[in-house]
Amino acid sequence: MNWETVIGLEVHTQLTTKSKIFSGASTAFGAEPNTITRAHLEEDAGKSLHEDFAGMTGIDLNRAGTPLLEIVSEPDMRSAKEAVAYAKALHTLVTWIGTCDGNMQEGSFRCDANVSVRRPGEPLGTRREIKNLNSFRFLEQAINYEVRWQIEQIEDGHKIQQATVLFDPDTGETRMMRTKEDAHDYRYFPDPDLLPVKLEEDWIEQIRSTMPELPGAMCERFQRDYGLSVYDAAGLTSQREAAAFFTDTLALAGEANAKLVANWVQGELSASLNREEKSIAEAPIAPAQLAGLIKRIADGTLSNKLAKQVFEVMWTEGGEVDAIIEAKGLKQMSDSGEVERIIDEVLAANAKSVEEFRAGKEKAFNALVGQVMKATKGKANPSQVNELLKNKLG
Amino acid sequence: MAHSTLKQLADLLATGKTSSVELSQDYLGRITRQNPGLNAFITVDAERTLAEARAADAVRAAGQAGPLTGVPIAHKDIFCAEGWLTTCGSKMLHNFVSPYDAHVISQFKAAGMPTLGKTNMDEFAMGSSNETSFYGPVKNPWDTARVPGGSSGGSAACVAAGLAPAATGTDTGGSIRQPAALCGITGLKPTYGVVSRYGMIAFASSLDQAGPMAQTAEDCGLLLNVMAGFDPRDSTSLEREKEDYARDLAEPHDLIKPLAGLRIGLPKEFFGAGLTGDTAKAVQDAIAQFKSSALPRSKSACPTPGLSVAAYYVIAPAEASSNLSRFDGVRYGYRTHDYADLTDMYEKTRAEGFGAEVKRRILIGTYVLSHGYYDAYYIQAQKLRRLIAQDFAEAYKHCDVILGPTAPTTAFKLGEKADDPVQMYLSDIYTIAVNLAGLPGMSLPCGFDALGLPIGLQLIGDYFSEARMLNVAHQYQLATDWHLQLSPIMRMETEYKALDALLSVPEAGKKGTMV
Repeated sequence: MNWETVIGLEVHTQLTTKSKIFSGASTAFGAEPNTITRAHLEEDAGKSLHEDFAGMTGIDLNRAGTPLLEIVSEPDMRSAKEAVAYAKALHTLVTWIGTCDGNMQEGSFRCDANVSVRRPGEPLGTRREIKNLNSFRFLEQAINYEVRWQIEQIEDGHKIQQATVLFDPDTGETRMMRTKEDAHDYRYFPDPDLLPVKLEEDWIEQIRSTMPELPGAMCERFQRDYGLSVYDAAGLTSQREAAAFFTDTLALAGEANAKLVANWVQGELSASLNREEKSIAEAPIAPAQLAGLIKRIADGTLSNKLAKQVFEVMWTEGGEVDAIIEAKGLKQMSDSGEVERIIDEVLAANAKSVEEFRAGKEKAFNALVGQVMKATKGKANPSQVNELLKNKLG
Repeated sequence: MAHSTLKQLADLLATGKTSSVELSQDYLGRITRQNPGLNAFITVDAERTLAEARAADAVRAAGQAGPLTGVPIAHKDIFCAEGWLTTCGSKMLHNFVSPYDAHVISQFKAAGMPTLGKTNMDEFAMGSSNETSFYGPVKNPWDTARVPGGSSGGSAACVAAGLAPAATGTDTGGSIRQPAALCGITGLKPTYGVVSRYGMIAFASSLDQAGPMAQTAEDCGLLLNVMAGFDPRDSTSLEREKEDYARDLAEPHDLIKPLAGLRIGLPKEFFGAGLTGDTAKAVQDAIAQFKSSALPRSKSACPTPGLSVAAYYVIAPAEASSNLSRFDGVRYGYRTHDYADLTDMYEKTRAEGFGAEVKRRILIGTYVLSHGYYDAYYIQAQKLRRLIAQDFAEAYKHCDVILGPTAPTTAFKLGEKADDPVQMYLSDIYTIAVNLAGLPGMSLPCGFDALGLPIGLQLIGDYFSEARMLNVAHQYQLATDWHLQLSPIMRMETEYKALDALLSVPEAGKKGTMV
């Protein structure tokens, strides 16, 4: 049977204001993913803690009055993956512009997902709302479970009732919290203590002019100006700090080395940070150090392999690239006379391989290159070794 | 003397003829004698009052006295005052001792004015006779079988009886002006936003406004100087330049025609059916008084009073139903004793903690805000409110102040309207439009009916015209002596001092009691 999933998200982003809600409004929103219906400010009412006290409910009012920006989407998404991608893009955006710290464990960024299913082309089905999803993984799991559950229900001849449900990460299932019948008539009316806020054009312009470049625009610029791949550009702009590290490094290493810088920020730096569970702000290597390293790769002083060794030393012991090269003797051999001498020695000691190569065995050539690299302790430039070897054997 | 004005007391203090402690003891003595009969105070705490009086005397001794330092004042029990029981006239808050001061209270503290006590009021300020108070009705000092008006009935009665030289009140639909009229004193409801509502227990937030109640317009001006001012803790508090509301009073004026050029608006709607003979006559006489010195205009149009009442009794209960939902027995105040679960606790707490009138208004408010009724009631009422404000704006193109009666009748008998909410609501028929429009309004004594009960003249001004209104009222009080007439209780107290000296009975100053 063919079913179409329909998802709309309500994302609550706790604002990083100094004060609670009634003391001042927060900044306006810059980017507008097409799907956003509206954004409104609300205050956190506090929360009930059902799990922490056996047989009782705890009430945590610590966050009461904290301002939240709720961003409501259209029911535009058609899969859990799409919903996650939207939520991630929003997460990047709000942390990027600094209106939300994005901490999902602490509930600074959480989603309610409105999920329904229908036959393609039919009107929207009845939705159920999954409340308070505080990780992208849970968001995906919850929607997938809910979609399966709803399809099963309908195929078994049941009707979906409008309801609010909770996702239990332990069982991976959603469970009913309340149905529409229990819904309260909130009796909303304009609060006389909240006066209308008049936003002056000037003020909006001023905010707009002080907005940082947004991730989407920056991603496009990286591709256009530095010739980066979509993958690299998107990776670097997924986090404002990473993008800043990249641009800072690039400014020192030179734009010609953009691809190299991107590779190193996304590769070695990112891997090391992940390994040690550090944020980019906590990286022991500064953009200036990385830029120095990149320059030495670019000018041929370091092979990629040597560069990784230098990076390792920088990471653990600190220091500038040239000093490390000097101290550890990691400089790539650029003196071709020296390399030639070693090649001659290797050829003399490996007559069998030479013979095999001349008999047409390509593999033997690689073995010889390996021997030369070994004899130079990796300091020879592999392409130079290749070239010299070919000349000698040719 | 029991009938001394603030101004006179301030002069006595400034010239060293009395001290704040001595003054406070005088008033506390009167309260001890008269309050059991009047029930104007919910809480009196002599020790606390005298400690504040001693502090005020010390400030004066240090040469740092302000214009009213040492003059005591009573506060309506709607204002949170640190360390004081603050009940709002309700069982719901019968045990609530405020941990902080309302803005109004801290302003009076900063001015060095000791608190004489917390005055009785209709429960959550909902009422026009002070009969809805959990602490029992207040008696009118002019006739103790009659109501003092409400909701600031305790404040009006204590000033009229000489138990306090002045008191604070709040006015949501007439709660300063109507009791001022029924008790023969002067009261002012300022422009909405002039006095901060911070720490003032909310009834209907878009209408509530605090103001002074005293014996003269001049005293009201001095008190407004203390109360008014921007406060960031109230989002509707207005940021304006500080002004001296009594500035026009002290300045020399044209003695022959002190109000020359003043244009008076006389809306015919304020003189329709329902206005009884004596009240109508007294108000007409007052207007005649003004005609000799100002430019009367008789054609000014005003919102039909009946429409104001209708709009008000949708909007005020709507806001009240929201504001009063905070009283749930969880955090502070009354909580029922026996309950099965949380919902049961909420329900019993509210059923037992609120009185009948409060429940009636919560029900009305809940109803008009409910899904399906909102557009028909709440939205309609808000539109009417806008029209009322526009009508006033139109009127003020042609006049400076509007004159009329404050209340349709003089003080009625206790219990007379208690079972007829509509009749009770109509007590505020002339005052309510002012709150809906956010305008300033005053009531001042302008005569007596055949029974000797005081009649109030209402003065409505344009936004922020308090200084001018006070001057108009002041000129009237310079020319008349209605405001100088003493209620029987105050007369008794004025004579008591002499008697007291004769018998040399030691003055009161007892330990704090809840009365």
